[in-house]
Amino acid sequence: MSTVSDAWDYLTTPENWTGANGLTSPTFDGGWTFARDSILALGLEHLWLSFASVTLAIIVALPLGIFLGHVRKGGTATVVVSNVTRAMPTLALLTLFAASAIGIGNMAVILAAAIFAFPPVLTNAFTGMSNVDADVRDAALGQGMTRRQVALKVELPLAIPLIAAGLRTATVQTVATVPLAALVAGGGLGVIINTGVATQNYGQVLAGAVIIAVLSLMIDGVMSILQRSATPRPLRESAKAH
Amino acid sequence: MDSVPNPWFSWDYIANNWGEVSEQLVIHTTLTVQAVLIAVLIAAPLGVLARRVKWLTGPIVGTAGVLYTIPSFALFALLAPFTGIGRTTVLIGLVAYALLVLVRNLVVGLQGVDRDVVDAARGQGLTERQLLWRVELPLALPSIVAGLRIATVTTVALVTVGVVVGYGGLGQLMFRGLGSNYRAQIMTATLLCLALALIFDLLLMLIGRALTPWTQRRPT
Repeated sequence: MSTVSDAWDYLTTPENWTGANGLTSPTFDGGWTFARDSILALGLEHLWLSFASVTLAIIVALPLGIFLGHVRKGGTATVVVSNVTRAMPTLALLTLFAASAIGIGNMAVILAAAIFAFPPVLTNAFTGMSNVDADVRDAALGQGMTRRQVALKVELPLAIPLIAAGLRTATVQTVATVPLAALVAGGGLGVIINTGVATQNYGQVLAGAVIIAVLSLMIDGVMSILQRSATPRPLRESAKAH
Repeated sequence: MDSVPNPWFSWDYIANNWGEVSEQLVIHTTLTVQAVLIAVLIAAPLGVLARRVKWLTGPIVGTAGVLYTIPSFALFALLAPFTGIGRTTVLIGLVAYALLVLVRNLVVGLQGVDRDVVDAARGQGLTERQLLWRVELPLALPSIVAGLRIATVTTVALVTVGVVVGYGGLGQLMFRGLGSNYRAQIMTATLLCLALALIFDLLLMLIGRALTPWTQRRPT
């Protein structure tokens, strides 16, 4: 298979990793961007885009989910949000954003990926908080805790396993979504595949696909370890649901 | 400020380009149906096998989970060098993803069948085959239908990623619309995708209800 050996050659050429001119390229306005000809630079950009998206999603979804779960309201709304985003093609949101005032490039990617990372964080925070045993809540209230203390000192710790599972889902999904950035002139590892398809260099396409797949599996592994360590030992059994 | 009007929606666009739009809509719909059907045909024996042969459950569900972690964009690209650019590549990728959801829900559904019910059926003299068809599968139906709905809606959305190998159904319109900076084209394709997913979901929900009348009769 020449494609396989081409891919191997691509992966074993040091210059493909470091780029012809280093990891960064200067921009016209004096700033810099990640070089588009370096696997390492694209990988770093990939991680940065993923991190930015997930962080954005967490900032909005986590407090909202914790609050809604605590007051036990908005359950239907969270289900509707996650169903609609499942039906919404990532590419649709990406191209819509890119064609809007946001413009093509990384900003459209970060915003689109953040929107898709939003539902798992929201739903899991909501479910985790609202599923806390009513007796536990009552006992805490009966001991004289304020509502705020009940939310933060009783419900939140019990909801941690599900919240951690939600963060894992959101992160893994985002790392898998960011490759699409290449289609709207953004960066990240999808660029390797996109360039390969455009130049009919299928060895490079295969290499790019392998790199992205390996990165996704690695991120999933790291997140599963984080999820496990964030979950108190007695709660690990109950955390098995997604 | 745009010098040329660039509306987000335009009936004129749809009227003037209905040929192109309907062509991609048909591709999108047939790809989805074909992928889900093939996935069902593969998932059914695999799910039953995973349930019957205990030690296979872990490997089958585990492999499905690992495959699911691989991004669709990468999977299509991974297949492209071997299966070429076009429908086959997208179809294989879609089948793979739908398969994972279906197998998982089938296994979970079968696992959820009450042990006592199974024992009672065995005690009444049902063979393994009768047990599967008359007791376990009907009881697992809600989970199976739920998996089918998720798989179908996900597939509708995933077809668009086929753009990477030049065969993305309505995704082709989104991509072209972005290329020519024509918002109405992207919006039309997006709305059609959402409508398609909604219609499939509703159809499957109704079929599911018709197949499991006992779930409606539950006392409130």
